[in-house]
Amino acid sequence: MDTVQKYAPGEHPDLKPPIGQTGVLLWLRKNFFSSPFNVFLTLATLYFLYLIIPPALSWMFADAVFVADSRDHCRELGDGACWGFIEKRLGQFTYGFYPLEERWRVNLTFVIFIFALLPVLWDKMPARRKWIWVPLVFPFVAAWLLLGGFGLEDVTTDQFGGFMLTMVIGVTGIVCSLPLGILLALGRQSDLHFIRWLCTGFIEFFRGVPLITLLFVASTMLNYFLPPGTSFDLLLRVLLMVSLFSSAYIAEVVRGGLQAIPKGQREAADAMGLKYWASMRLVVLPQALKISIPGIVNTFIGLFKDSTLVIVIGLLDPLGISRASLSDAKWQGLSTEVYVFIALFFFVCCFSMSRYSIYLENKLHTGHRN
Amino acid sequence: MSDQDTAAAAQSKMQVSDQEMIRITQMHKWYGQFHVLKDINLNVNAGERIVICGPSGSGKSTLIRCMNRLEEHQKGEIWVDGVELTGDLKNIEQIRREVGMVFQHFNLFPHLTVLENCTLAPIWVRKMPKDEAEEIAMGFLERVKIPEQASKFPGQLSGGQQQRVAIARSLCMNPKIMLFDEPTSALDPEMIAEVLDVMVELAHDGMTMLCVTHEMGFAKKVANRVIFMDGGEIIEENVPDEFFNNPQSPRTQEFLSQILAH
Ligand SMILES: Nc1ncnc2c1ncn2[C@@H]1O[C@H](COP(=O)(O)OP(=O)(O)OP(=O)(O)O)[C@@H](O)[C@H]1O
Ligand SMILES: [Mg+2]
Repeated sequence: MDTVQKYAPGEHPDLKPPIGQTGVLLWLRKNFFSSPFNVFLTLATLYFLYLIIPPALSWMFADAVFVADSRDHCRELGDGACWGFIEKRLGQFTYGFYPLEERWRVNLTFVIFIFALLPVLWDKMPARRKWIWVPLVFPFVAAWLLLGGFGLEDVTTDQFGGFMLTMVIGVTGIVCSLPLGILLALGRQSDLHFIRWLCTGFIEFFRGVPLITLLFVASTMLNYFLPPGTSFDLLLRVLLMVSLFSSAYIAEVVRGGLQAIPKGQREAADAMGLKYWASMRLVVLPQALKISIPGIVNTFIGLFKDSTLVIVIGLLDPLGISRASLSDAKWQGLSTEVYVFIALFFFVCCFSMSRYSIYLENKLHTGHRN
Repeated sequence: MSDQDTAAAAQSKMQVSDQEMIRITQMHKWYGQFHVLKDINLNVNAGERIVICGPSGSGKSTLIRCMNRLEEHQKGEIWVDGVELTGDLKNIEQIRREVGMVFQHFNLFPHLTVLENCTLAPIWVRKMPKDEAEEIAMGFLERVKIPEQASKFPGQLSGGQQQRVAIARSLCMNPKIMLFDEPTSALDPEMIAEVLDVMVELAHDGMTMLCVTHEMGFAKKVANRVIFMDGGEIIEENVPDEFFNNPQSPRTQEFLSQILAH
């Protein structure tokens, strides 16, 4: 029997927790081996992973061929993945049919993009205020660099393709749909009937129609609505449709956030004399957007991946490029490599967005709810 | 200075002037079909401390929320600081910055620190420079005795502390009138005192106050008038002594016996 020590009331010291109640072993036991069924699941999973992971790794790395001239050459060198194909076509996967000697403009745009992203995403950036103009001028600089004019050689948008096209569609869609979605969400809650109906109608229409349909509309029907003689760049139409489409989703996500804000917040802001836009910007939206982060990022990720749908109207995103290059007789039968590669690109992008949203949520967490 | 002198000095500051701050005449309000406020008539002069009490659902909150037009009334007139609050009011913000309001559930902004809560309106409504707003805010946080919490977020404070922040936040706008809607009824007993202390001090400084509360001790101590409401009407209105010791209407008597019973 344990010797139980007695303390006078109010004199009890802080003791260490009993042995075996903390630490790695306990954690393992609690999470993996707590019951016979749990033990079975753990062992079965381990066996399953053992079956899958080593072969996958050796296919991807150990047995893979990284440089080769053709598929047959690949097969002579090893029986894993034939990355040689990707390596040969990397330029096309990245830049589409952007003129070879102008590709530096795409690279430069990407570098500036990173610098534009930093002050937006990273609030502890040294001298953040001094950099805040970069994201503001970025859209114009990017358009100039990518399209040319003013001393640069013109490049038409049908030469855009590959990951670069995905980035153009994804980034434009994200940047345009967030503010538009917020305005739509606010409009849907407006006291002015006309604005409310307008926003509700817009949201319901764009949410109720498949994106593919909108893209077809963009590629064919839009010409009927435009005055004859005006030509309206196909990529621009696609960007417009993608932005409108996801802004409808953003609007609904943000509306959910707005509804979660207690009425008292608006009232307190009103009672101080803040006007509508000030109280939205300073009080309601910061809180509503914070709640909506998971949904917003969800929509962004969806948008980013849906950009591959542009293949149906003939734009050459990575999937379009891969279809074209897979028909090359020298390289036939390598679709696994190509799709794994493209999947990896999308996964890295989407996973980064997801991680950033988690970081942001934690950063914006300010004490317990009440 | 002895306690009595201080009390006397405080009393002299609590003088009521004849300057009219609020005048409500024959005011009615409906929620849809429901007639929630009926023929309200009320004058408030500068420096008055008015306590409004009455059973739940009698329209107390609605009445004081009409005074800064968080609620709209449908008939009659409400004058606040010389402006009539009827019809389509373009410059309601102008009234609201002169009228502070403290809510039952504090309604602090959880995404801003205590200091930012206090400086928000001075900076964005009064267009005050940030430094000056912060200095003033720290002054008021000291007055409500929580300067050390300035950089915390509301979610990290106790209820009583949050309500004191809410009072400081209102005071930062340098209002002419303060409206309180049951400021202590969401608080635990030991926190009620700390909030009431702040309000008593405020009264001693000569603030015009309208306060919905069931804290009868507070009413006796600082109020110069007590108003009893029931069913959307002002049933009785009197100085505290008379109101508590010699209530006229049977409904007031019943109400007082209920809340003073325990
Ligand atoms: N937005 C609203 N729509 C419809 N009826 C309402 C609304 N707000 C309040 N009421 C009703 O109006 C009446 C008065 O409400 P009010 O909140 O002013 O009462 P109160 O005296 O403050 O009560 P309490 O002591 O519970 O706070 C109540 O019967 C309430 O149900
Ligand atoms: Mg109430």
